[in-house]
Amino acid sequence: MSVSGRVHSIQSMGTLDGPGVRFVVFLQGCNLRCGCCHNPDTWEMQGGTEYTAEEIVKRASRFKEYFGKEGGITLSGGEPLLQADFAREIFTLCHKEGINTCLDTSGSVMNDKVRALLDETDRVLLDIKYTDGEKYRKYVGCDLEKPIEFLSYLNGKRIPVTLRQVIIPALNGDSENAKKLRAVAEKYENVDKTELLPFKKICQVKYDKMGIEFPFADYGTPDRELMQKLNDIIKER
Amino acid sequence: MEHKNWNGFKAGVWKDEINVRDFIQQNYKEYCGDADFLAEATPRTKNMMKKLESLFLLERQYGGVLDIDTATVSSLTSYSPGYIDKENELIVGMQTNRPLKRGVNPFGGMRMVRQACEAYGYKLSKKVEEEFRFRTTHNDGVFRAYTDEMRQARKCHVITGLPDAYGRGRIIGDYRRVALYGVDKLIAEKKKDKALLASEAFNTERIRLDEELYQQIAFLGYMKEMAQMYGFDISEPAGSAREAIQWTYFAYLGAIKEQNGAAMSLGRVSTFFDIYIQRDIENGILTEEGAQELMDDFVMKLRIARHLRTPEYNELFGGDPMWITEAVGGMGEDGRTLVTKNSFRVLNTLYTLGSSPEPNLTVLWSNALPENFKKFCAKVSADTDSIQYENDDLMRPIYGDDYAIACCVSAMKVGKQMQFFGARCNLAKLLLIAINGGYDTTSGIHIGPQMSVMDTEKLDFDEVMERYQIYIEWLSHLYVNTMNIIHYMHDKYAYEKTQMALHDTDVERFMAFGIAGLSVVADSLSAIKYANVKPLKDSNGFITEFETTGEFPKFGNDDDRVDLIAKDMTHRVITELRKNDTYRHAVHTLSVLTITSNVMYGKNTGATPDGRKASAPFAPGANPMHNREENGALASLNSVAKISYDDCRDGISNTFTITPEALGRDEEERVNNLVTILDGYFKKKAHHININVLNRETLKKAYENPEAYPNLTIRVSGYAVNFNKLSREQQREVISRTFHEAI
Repeated sequence: MSVSGRVHSIQSMGTLDGPGVRFVVFLQGCNLRCGCCHNPDTWEMQGGTEYTAEEIVKRASRFKEYFGKEGGITLSGGEPLLQADFAREIFTLCHKEGINTCLDTSGSVMNDKVRALLDETDRVLLDIKYTDGEKYRKYVGCDLEKPIEFLSYLNGKRIPVTLRQVIIPALNGDSENAKKLRAVAEKYENVDKTELLPFKKICQVKYDKMGIEFPFADYGTPDRELMQKLNDIIKER
Repeated sequence: MEHKNWNGFKAGVWKDEINVRDFIQQNYKEYCGDADFLAEATPRTKNMMKKLESLFLLERQYGGVLDIDTATVSSLTSYSPGYIDKENELIVGMQTNRPLKRGVNPFGGMRMVRQACEAYGYKLSKKVEEEFRFRTTHNDGVFRAYTDEMRQARKCHVITGLPDAYGRGRIIGDYRRVALYGVDKLIAEKKKDKALLASEAFNTERIRLDEELYQQIAFLGYMKEMAQMYGFDISEPAGSAREAIQWTYFAYLGAIKEQNGAAMSLGRVSTFFDIYIQRDIENGILTEEGAQELMDDFVMKLRIARHLRTPEYNELFGGDPMWITEAVGGMGEDGRTLVTKNSFRVLNTLYTLGSSPEPNLTVLWSNALPENFKKFCAKVSADTDSIQYENDDLMRPIYGDDYAIACCVSAMKVGKQMQFFGARCNLAKLLLIAINGGYDTTSGIHIGPQMSVMDTEKLDFDEVMERYQIYIEWLSHLYVNTMNIIHYMHDKYAYEKTQMALHDTDVERFMAFGIAGLSVVADSLSAIKYANVKPLKDSNGFITEFETTGEFPKFGNDDDRVDLIAKDMTHRVITELRKNDTYRHAVHTLSVLTITSNVMYGKNTGATPDGRKASAPFAPGANPMHNREENGALASLNSVAKISYDDCRDGISNTFTITPEALGRDEEERVNNLVTILDGYFKKKAHHININVLNRETLKKAYENPEAYPNLTIRVSGYAVNFNKLSREQQREVISRTFHEAI
């Protein structure tokens, strides 16, 4: 039986979501409402277009030649964990085709379906939005423990992880936060990379189009120097 | 034969016959290392480059042309020697007696020369006018023979850009032969060929060839004289790296003095030079620094090569190009790579001398190329936007491993094959003519089979295709006949003596046809097939607009429903062309390449069913229409890769622009990703790609403030241009193209 799910959009060439050149599928639906979210149009579970897993993998396969040694498919969103059955079916079929699989997630959901999905996952891009529990609860809407438990589970399964964090100067742009993030990376040996992403506001148009307020419209974006400084802290050992 | 200047070279059949490929195969040393060995520009090079930069600036300030010698007809020995800085030049030779001064060359056509002089404030001298009063030019010859229908087709722009008033170009002499053998040996071989011919029955073809050989021999003699004027005797083989480059350059210089062909490509010289450089380095008479200097000086000479063109010509071929195309890299038939240290050095000139559109550096990409070389190419691309890539794995099985690229995408075996260049026909306009039953609404000309205007509320795909096919057949017949006249006359009145002297006498010929507007036609037919297209008539009863409602797949999204329409169109056209006999039994080939003429073709084409407005530009080459790609960059590449090289042996051009941010987070990622994209695209059997890594904002700034970006180079369609040299209209079109951005 074919498994189907809802897809927001497909980008045939992604170079920023996982190693190498990747076919990125943005799944529809998210359980969080992060203030810095740049894809508000992926929130609603019922939006997007329905695809079967076969259809997705058939399309991804047309790009196998471009993947090289490192590339493959990335499921992003939205929150792909909300469609774990669909995601797992895609990854299973990808592995049959020899395509590397990567999951871009907030790590805020854990259940049997998610565990089954992780059995077919080659790498996780785990977005730890804040290292401060209070801020996490305030700006993300769930507990920081969830992604940390998720990370711990991944570590147990020896799934390589890229830690990611969007840097919003006023909220997590301080050295203290960077050090805490580094400590997380150091604690779990499956974390082999940490990426700091500068907060951007080009998504404002999406919010305008949807007629909703961009919660972080008034927050400033980081400059090059700040990003460099934080990256230097992350790299210190 | 033996020669002292060949000491240290491994023997092979190349010693007994003219066979540069064998010389290369016996003697070259492949290089799989990285770019760390490269030397920087020396103070000498930097000083020379400074001089050139100020000349370029002056040329721009003078409106694009620095000076014209209106009293001398350009030929090999008609100017006294010219220099940039005599004492410090390592490689010498100039087209006229001063750098950037342009010569006049009326053999292609008088009118073009007169107009070009006038456009820049000059007047062609009485002397030249007088000299050509009783001479037939190529242009005269063509128009004596053109039929009324050919004139009409030209006038309504359904076939445009034909080389009927200018030199056809796209011929690559094997300039290396002069360095390897010396001119005397080449003359002796041609004399042998001429003597052999005498025993054959003399028919039209052999008489023509006999006279051509006479001219070839004469012009090899003039080449020697020209070199003598600069103090060099090139009758014997070159004895050092410097001489090898100098001899080769003299041969090329002779060609561009004699001919003002549209594309005057160089061939494949870098690895050939490497053999000489390597020998000198091993003998301790050349250093790495010295080797780079030689290449730098050679490339400087190529960067100041100029031809005199009219503004109308620039509309078709923007940016004052010469297409001095040099093919770099590739693999050998024995599995060794043809990449040498000198492949790196020639690309390195984009750093030592700064980025530049000329020479048109073309990397022959194979999946098997050394990883280090791939990465260096990708880095140069990302830094300079100055190189293009063509699929060696696709071409090598057809042309062997000593082919080169003429102009943008036209492959030919060096010294063994040539082509008759044929610009392109406008397939989108042809579709509109078909729908209107043989009437072109933009020019008001009745042309082609006459039938009724399609009278329907909704265009039916099968009916349109049935009609379109009739017009494709008609146009193919007309196109081949027109080309036969043009090339008959070019051979008769403006034969390429120097270049053909550097070919085998028994040469294989291609006749290169082309199409423009492929993505417009594919999307239009897709709209007719999958959406509702209602034709709207003007007061005269002709269809000038379309009302298109509903969704339809668009070329550039890896959707077979429309991509296969594009593929089918190229197949239909070449199949029909092949049904018509060609001049000199040339092999029909087809290209999907527009240069910058996509703007002009669009301007002369009415509204199309895909929603494109009247006069709006086409996409360049085989590119999808701007901003219709919805699934990202690779989907767009996959669409273009579906067009078959078997149908389009003269090349399929794709121009790809991506922002640095979309290619990766840092330089290392960008380089690695670009390498895997190129590997992937060519594994899909695609033919060609131009790579630009830049932001739209940069172009916008250069558009507003040209002085701040004097050297901004971008790839457009099969070649690179200095952005400032494009017309405003061409610049706007480039800015409006799809930039693949990070999301």
